[in-house]
Amino acid sequence: MAESICRSLRDGALEGELAPTLTIKDSLASPFSFNVFSHILLQLSSQKSQSHGIVIVALSRSPSFYADFLKNKGVELSSSNKWIHILDCYTDPLGWKDKARKSGNVNVVSDQISLATSSYKSVKDMDKLFLAITDLGRGLVGENKVRFCVAIDSLSKLLRHASLQSVAGLLSNLRSHDQISSIFGLLHSDLHEERATAALEYMSSMVASVEPDHHSSENCLSEKNFTQGKFSVRSKRRNGRVRETSEKFKVEAEGISFASISAEDGTTVAGLLPKVQFNLQLSEKEQIDRAKVVLPFEHQGNGKPIQIYDGRRSLEESSGEGAPISRCKNEDSALGEIIYFRDSDDEMPDSDEDPDDDLDI
Amino acid sequence: MEHKELNLLNEALGFHNNNLYGRFVLVEDTVDTTAAFVLHQILKHSFSSHPSSSVIFLALSHPFSHYDRILRKIGCNLAAQRDNKRFFFIDMLMLQFPDEGKPNDVGFAAVFEKIESVIKALPQDNTKFVTIMIDDISFLQVAANGSSNDVLDFLHYCYTLTSEYGCAFVALDHKDIYLNEEKPAIISEMEYLADILVKAEPLATGLAKDVHGQLMVLHKQHGISPVKIHNFHFKIKENSIECFYPGTKI
Repeated sequence: MAESICRSLRDGALEGELAPTLTIKDSLASPFSFNVFSHILLQLSSQKSQSHGIVIVALSRSPSFYADFLKNKGVELSSSNKWIHILDCYTDPLGWKDKARKSGNVNVVSDQISLATSSYKSVKDMDKLFLAITDLGRGLVGENKVRFCVAIDSLSKLLRHASLQSVAGLLSNLRSHDQISSIFGLLHSDLHEERATAALEYMSSMVASVEPDHHSSENCLSEKNFTQGKFSVRSKRRNGRVRETSEKFKVEAEGISFASISAEDGTTVAGLLPKVQFNLQLSEKEQIDRAKVVLPFEHQGNGKPIQIYDGRRSLEESSGEGAPISRCKNEDSALGEIIYFRDSDDEMPDSDEDPDDDLDI
Repeated sequence: MEHKELNLLNEALGFHNNNLYGRFVLVEDTVDTTAAFVLHQILKHSFSSHPSSSVIFLALSHPFSHYDRILRKIGCNLAAQRDNKRFFFIDMLMLQFPDEGKPNDVGFAAVFEKIESVIKALPQDNTKFVTIMIDDISFLQVAANGSSNDVLDFLHYCYTLTSEYGCAFVALDHKDIYLNEEKPAIISEMEYLADILVKAEPLATGLAKDVHGQLMVLHKQHGISPVKIHNFHFKIKENSIECFYPGTKI
């Protein structure tokens, strides 16, 4: 299903439609949205897609982190400059360092980052940020109808720097831009009011949430429980149909891996069965033999009509004789009979009904 | 024996392969269990980790003499380190930005500039072994007249130094002062940012004579590799700290 998100991001936008947008949200109990983010980034950069370039708006990770990450994953960095560009809002988001440098007492350190990077120094201004993103994108893919993809590594940081309205405005501008094929961003849902989360979820065609698997208290947090959890995706179709699916994820050294829940459950159930020396399952022959056994309460099928005691029948017979006496007859009444005096008229005739009379014997 | 037990904390923090540099360590404590001793241990360790290492200390809760006394007891002379230009003590005890007029970020930008200028004044090779330490984040918020946004901006700038120069960034904050807030912005955002999270809590069963609290050290290996969690108990002694796994101490 993580695959299906990547696919729809890769497929991109149709002509005259808004670009598909993915919000990945998490909480402190399971803070692995960045692993999902990097997974998707890698998927988008390694496979063919509608977009011919990726603009990463880096707010929470440094550009050198992305360079290292892509290099470790075997992405060719020298050629990547053609299709990847980082808008660095991390190093100096408010222009403090810039000010210090301008005042002249600090020398500029040139850091060797092998990825194309542009720095951006006024994060509070969303209109300028929009222009910066689209300019970078155009620089990557050119002026014509070729599209690019935008990855924002922390919508939470943007929400802290600017009001909800302006962040929502930025997103909707990006979505309706005709050169953008898809957008994805990260959100830490427990840092914001619910309305902020909801507003951003409204604007995204897909919401992927990373949830913890463990319902236990924080005290018995263990590594195994912490690194896995539930990954659920809510995707909205164009016609308004909403689909929600979920799978399990596990964070490992080499990245994040996904598994469908049912398969996972099957193995755990199999694992739970105690290892015993004898066989708990039946073989096919055993099953056939078992089906042939005639149980004692089943029809024996010897042609005779089977009659058994039925309370109501005797009631019908005795109805002409008067209420207080009712007679119950067995199949061979010649041998004996049961005479039964009703204690009082209050007693419901139904009470001597056979409780098992609906059994088909 | 004691030395070995103390290593539990060192091991959890990853001292053995010096990997505090380039990372952000957030220490969280509560009123019942103060975790200032974790800062002292890291402080002591950072001087011994590398011959040219240095520490920039932003003091908001205690004066120099306080730290000098404590560190002397655990075997580290801060005054001498200060004279050797390896310990830079920035006294911010009286830090208070004006309530009206100038916005807070000018004040914070000035503090940040001070830190950065200290780093840049160091020889180029030594900038990798700088530890920046803030002894109480909550006082930053007091100085900023309660604006958590400005504090977070400042902390983000300090955090950028970890990737720009490879510094270690260590900060202490209190967990329970945010208990009433529905969305405690500072502490949660710091927790997201932290590479290593150290939580000190009292025992769930209450105060005990032999166990002073429990520590949880959560090691995020920069978001990509999986997580490592250490849980153990500690006892604060006169000159040292004893760390042990629950139930191993008689």
